[in-house]
Amino acid sequence: MQSARSATARSALRGVYKSSLFTATSSAPTSLGVVLSRRALSSRSSPPPPTSAPITGPRLDTAFSRPIISSVRHVSSSSSSKLAKTPLYDLHLAHGAKMVPFGGFHMPVQYTGLSVGQSHAFTREHSSIFDVSHMVQRIFTGPGASLFLQRITPSGVEVLPPHRSTLSCLLHADGSGGIVDDTIVTRLPGGKLYVVTNAACREKDDVYLDQEIAKWNAEHGDLQVSQEQLHGWGLVALQGPDAEAVLAAALDESAGVDLKKLYFGHSAYARLKLRGMQLSSPLLISRGGYTGEDGFEISIPADETVDVTEALLAAGGPAKVQFAGLGSRDSLRLEAGMCLYGHDLDDTTTPVEAGLSWIIPKERRSADAGFYGADVIAAQLIPKSKGGAGIARRRVGLVIDGAPAREGAEIVSRTEEGKEVVKLGSVTSGCPSPTLGKNIAMGYVCDGFHKAGTEVDVVVRGRPRKAVVTKMPFVPSRYWKGV
Amino acid sequence: MASIARCLRVTRPSGLSALVKSPVSRVCAARAFSATATNAVRKYTKEHEWIDLSADLKTGVIGISEYAAKALGDVVFVELPEEGKRVQAGDAIGAVESVKSAADINAPISCKITQVNLLLEDKPGTINQVPEDDSHGGGWIAKVQVDEVGVKDLEKLMDDQAYKEFTAGEAEEH
Repeated sequence: MQSARSATARSALRGVYKSSLFTATSSAPTSLGVVLSRRALSSRSSPPPPTSAPITGPRLDTAFSRPIISSVRHVSSSSSSKLAKTPLYDLHLAHGAKMVPFGGFHMPVQYTGLSVGQSHAFTREHSSIFDVSHMVQRIFTGPGASLFLQRITPSGVEVLPPHRSTLSCLLHADGSGGIVDDTIVTRLPGGKLYVVTNAACREKDDVYLDQEIAKWNAEHGDLQVSQEQLHGWGLVALQGPDAEAVLAAALDESAGVDLKKLYFGHSAYARLKLRGMQLSSPLLISRGGYTGEDGFEISIPADETVDVTEALLAAGGPAKVQFAGLGSRDSLRLEAGMCLYGHDLDDTTTPVEAGLSWIIPKERRSADAGFYGADVIAAQLIPKSKGGAGIARRRVGLVIDGAPAREGAEIVSRTEEGKEVVKLGSVTSGCPSPTLGKNIAMGYVCDGFHKAGTEVDVVVRGRPRKAVVTKMPFVPSRYWKGV
Repeated sequence: MASIARCLRVTRPSGLSALVKSPVSRVCAARAFSATATNAVRKYTKEHEWIDLSADLKTGVIGISEYAAKALGDVVFVELPEEGKRVQAGDAIGAVESVKSAADINAPISCKITQVNLLLEDKPGTINQVPEDDSHGGGWIAKVQVDEVGVKDLEKLMDDQAYKEFTAGEAEEH
């Protein structure tokens, strides 16, 4: 067998549509012998690394999302010696994890006894614990922290109340509106800002943030900002309808935190009950996640991560909570319509093109809002029909008949008698949806083909398959927003 | 596409979990079904397809290996080859997909597709249960007609022992 990417990769190369968006996904048809191995299991069938990728360092680390391709193998193998371990590494192995390199870490992709589909279903029916310690946890401090983040992101950081979070993105300083990385920004008490960025973008983000902080501090003598990373800390996501019950059972009652009042996008500090009457230190618990389910993300000092995770597993018991890996994390987030940087977003994508206009508050939608690319983004926010610049491409959801469409598959106009087939864009993520039993995908299409219900074709293995533009999330989100 | 959900249900209790828990007995079971008993020549490709050739060298059966099926995980979709199509060795003739990955099925030798295993359209999970079973109810992909070119192509393929060593080598690399 060969990676099925080969066909789509080749057809992508044949495509005449050469916008910068597609350079990231069109890939060289190099040797495509399948490597069926532990590495192969990790593969979420994505195209080979672009030969001239717009993103350099970080993409090499995303071996999880690599195809089953021998040409990539040596990249992962040679880097495996340098891979870092999260605090939960041994616990993963003890639970039968299959480990793969991802974002520079040994990460679990799935566990013995549960296939990706089963783990996915378990998360939607009960709850799962995901180790996301590979992600980069950053703390911004200093009198200029909020204003600094308002320069590099389109978010209203100044007005963010303590213990509230917002989805955001780091924007390129060149003013193009392109996204450096997507992130969650949380205001902590005491003027601190907690910013979580992608593991696969670590090196790029570090360079970007160091440069931007230096530039800011040089310009703002009285509004300095500094940043530190929580090196080695654990970050654990508890996701699913049973997540609240599981956490409640582990929560120290004297903490005074009422989970019923900890709504989506809110956070709190609380201690967890550990084995042997011990208590954890106060942990930052944020309600939210990357599955579309109710859930929490818990930031934990390195030396407590194992104890806290075991406490959560014990609090729920195997009927309510299981470990889940990157495999189901990917299919869950796709059903929830959430972007994966390096696939659905890249340095050339603007928030408007990515369908993320909603992360920009009303008061920051003008050209003089003061963040990088504000003029470009403000113009894009107004459609052409209303006198604005609009956008040429838009991220959409697709439901595809017949075969699953994967990253790189071409989206074309519906094949009809006497009509020329036009390339509209490409799929950026796709898989068979375990919840819906349909093939779902997201990708970019030309403006005008982005409305829900628009009929298009997606080319899989050289054949057009009927697809319909579909509103996301594909599976309704179940965030806790109160009753 | 209801078949995806159906398949997930089918394979949930028995399929992959059994495969993962007792890989050794599974391999033996698959062998007992078909390979050694009735077919003198089962050959494997480096891309993890197998082909059985009949004693008269005129017909064959194609499938994917136990090793490949296990590496793919729960198969939720199989794109079957086109009946009647004449293909060269190495041609992509179909695909096997799990939630997380997709892999082409390539023709192990030059041949003509005479019949495809329609069972896999409704029960793609059969690939995980009995990938090397060429009988009714098995996970075979296609039956083919073979000519002299095809028989010659066969020489380049691995026998059972060589394939076992090949996959062991692949596993070691990781």
